[in-house]
Amino acid sequence: MQRHLISADDLTRDDAVLVLDTAEELAQVADRPVKKLPTLRGRTVVNLFFEDSTRTRISFEAAAKRLSADVINFSAKGSSLSKGESLKDTALTLEAMGADAVIIRHHDSGAPHRLATSGWIGGSVLNAGDGTHQHPTQALLDAFTMRRRLAPGTGHDLSGLHVTVVGDILHSRVARSNVQLLSTLGARVTLVAPPTLVPVGVDGWPCEVSYDLDAVLGRTDAVMMLRVQRERMRDAYFPTEREYARRYGLDGERMARMPEHALVMHPGPMNRGMEITAEVADSARCTAVEQVTNGVSIRMAVLYLLLGGSEPATPAGTLPGTEGQTALRDES
Amino acid sequence: MTKTLIRGARILGGQPQDVLIEDGVVAEVGSGLDAVGARTVDGDGQILLPGLVDLHTHLREPGREDAETVRTGTMAAARGGFTAVHAMANTFPVADTAGVVEQVWRLGAEYGWCDVQPVGAVTVGLEGRQLAELGAMHDSAAGVRVFSDDGKCVDDAVIMRRALEYVKAFDGIVAQHAQEPRLTEHAQMNEGTVSAALGLGGWPAVAEESVIARDVLLAAHVGSRLHVCHVSTAGSVEIIRWAKSKGWAVTAEVTPHHLLLTDELVRSWDPVYKVNPPLRTEYDVTALREALADGTIDCVATDHAPHPHEDKDCEWGAAAMGMLGLETALSVVQRTMVDSGLLDWAQVADRMSARPAAIGRLAGHGRPVSPGEPANLVLVDPAYRGQVNPADFASRSRNSPYAGRALPGRVTHTFLRGVATVMDGKLA
Repeated sequence: MQRHLISADDLTRDDAVLVLDTAEELAQVADRPVKKLPTLRGRTVVNLFFEDSTRTRISFEAAAKRLSADVINFSAKGSSLSKGESLKDTALTLEAMGADAVIIRHHDSGAPHRLATSGWIGGSVLNAGDGTHQHPTQALLDAFTMRRRLAPGTGHDLSGLHVTVVGDILHSRVARSNVQLLSTLGARVTLVAPPTLVPVGVDGWPCEVSYDLDAVLGRTDAVMMLRVQRERMRDAYFPTEREYARRYGLDGERMARMPEHALVMHPGPMNRGMEITAEVADSARCTAVEQVTNGVSIRMAVLYLLLGGSEPATPAGTLPGTEGQTALRDES
Repeated sequence: MTKTLIRGARILGGQPQDVLIEDGVVAEVGSGLDAVGARTVDGDGQILLPGLVDLHTHLREPGREDAETVRTGTMAAARGGFTAVHAMANTFPVADTAGVVEQVWRLGAEYGWCDVQPVGAVTVGLEGRQLAELGAMHDSAAGVRVFSDDGKCVDDAVIMRRALEYVKAFDGIVAQHAQEPRLTEHAQMNEGTVSAALGLGGWPAVAEESVIARDVLLAAHVGSRLHVCHVSTAGSVEIIRWAKSKGWAVTAEVTPHHLLLTDELVRSWDPVYKVNPPLRTEYDVTALREALADGTIDCVATDHAPHPHEDKDCEWGAAAMGMLGLETALSVVQRTMVDSGLLDWAQVADRMSARPAAIGRLAGHGRPVSPGEPANLVLVDPAYRGQVNPADFASRSRNSPYAGRALPGRVTHTFLRGVATVMDGKLA
């Protein structure tokens, strides 16, 4: 693994499988009465959020805390960030406070890359979503969810699976990260969207593109429904919400045409009635809630691998109850 | 006044000859000229060209003196071999009145590093709604003939038509920044495979091409002169080629950076590559080079756009658009056009001096190197090889996309009406 995680493209197949395997191991912690490991004790992790996102922030916060890191939340609202402080000065401030890792969410594509490569900070940078560019931990938790359900086993990738991603591809960092990671892991990916929501230049991506949801549902192992913002209608990306829902929404009838084992996934937050009906969202096939749970394990794994190094994440003697008997890492 | 004898320089790349400069004009051209009483400049191995003329320079004064001033910008121009620059109107206040253009013109004359020809805004405040007092700017001491809302597009077809018609009264020209505003909302870079991968707002080629297509038709309809700023796409080249084939009075410029750099560089996320119009693809670069070679594109213009450090030392979305150009223009043209065999030095003189001077109706510039002509000259060492180091620039800003790159050629001497502004590569 590299020092930063900016893009799903930063991960080789082996890197990605290592993250999934590590997350699998760490997921066991969540099943224990005391959900905490001492792995990152004394480390400082900053949640730097320029964009509101309670879901992602608390997921990272829970992950860092379960590894015993000190967590500082720094959000744009009510801070110097809303007073026009530059990203650079914010970064220098965090560096001066000794941040070991900065988890950044930013409205501008590329901001985490700048943070990681401009020499402003020395710690690891973890991209928690930048503009319409990347959201690598989302792709990892999606892959983790798929592997658990469809191809379980340490060391496994997603070879042979066919994943369909439906919705606002143009504005989706989740789609960009998923296309890259799923293809790295050997899955076949089909994007489905109205042509207005497919980026010009998509031809270079390792996936297929279809404008017809019904044509691909019958041969998919997992369908990932992306959130479609109602505001897109105002910019004429589609005529009405109803038309979008009719052509690209997943309802019970469409779900019934999918193979029996096929999963319905959603990164959240859902727009019920838009891209997904309540019937589908609440069905046993829908993994949306499971994805949230898996998100914590994946983020623990990534933080551990970026900050912790190569020792086992949960070596004997460090599981809850025997905590503190073995130092996981020389802190010097 | 002192006499200067340039010995053995290759005029427009021809055979070595001596050139005697006296009283601000070229006095004599020949072999073995008498150097008595003259300062001698060794031109051995060097190319002598008429002083370069830039149709598109942002000097930033008044208003953004933290980025550039008339003084530092014209020093940079002299270093780059320019003897005249057209100062764009998007200053604070906007150069939309006789008062502002006269001030900029006077500052240029006062410092004397190169001639400063102000460009007037087409519309009040660059707002695109009401024509600025174009006649007053023309009648002022600045004698404005080129009008542009550069930085913004005159997108209202009626306003554009009126401007094109109105300036015919004084042989003016409208220089259009072709950018359809609705197609470029939230645009951050060229729309294509790279923008798709990076998730940056796309800037489609059609946003430029559709405006150029409309404007050449308007110019033809009203019989006016149209100049197209910073052409950046292969499609724009096709439209301009078609307009010229009709015999319409359409001219066009290309920037050095659009002749060399592509949108692949944006993958670095370094905002030094953020520019308007955006860097395009290799396909476009090739088309632009060919168009400059065959004359479809008339000239090279720098679009020198200085920005203070903090406006580039940030994330891509927050960064300002634009890059420096004056001090590297000739080297980029040598690299892309001369060393590749697309242009000889006589054609470089045409594209970087004679043509832009003719488009701007700038007297005394872009003239042949022959007796009686104003001694606006530049001496270039084409064999020089060096790395671009923005710290050495005369410009107040440092936002050069060529930092650390090896570029060929160097301006060793620049003369403005016989007075050296640059000697041995240094400001004189």
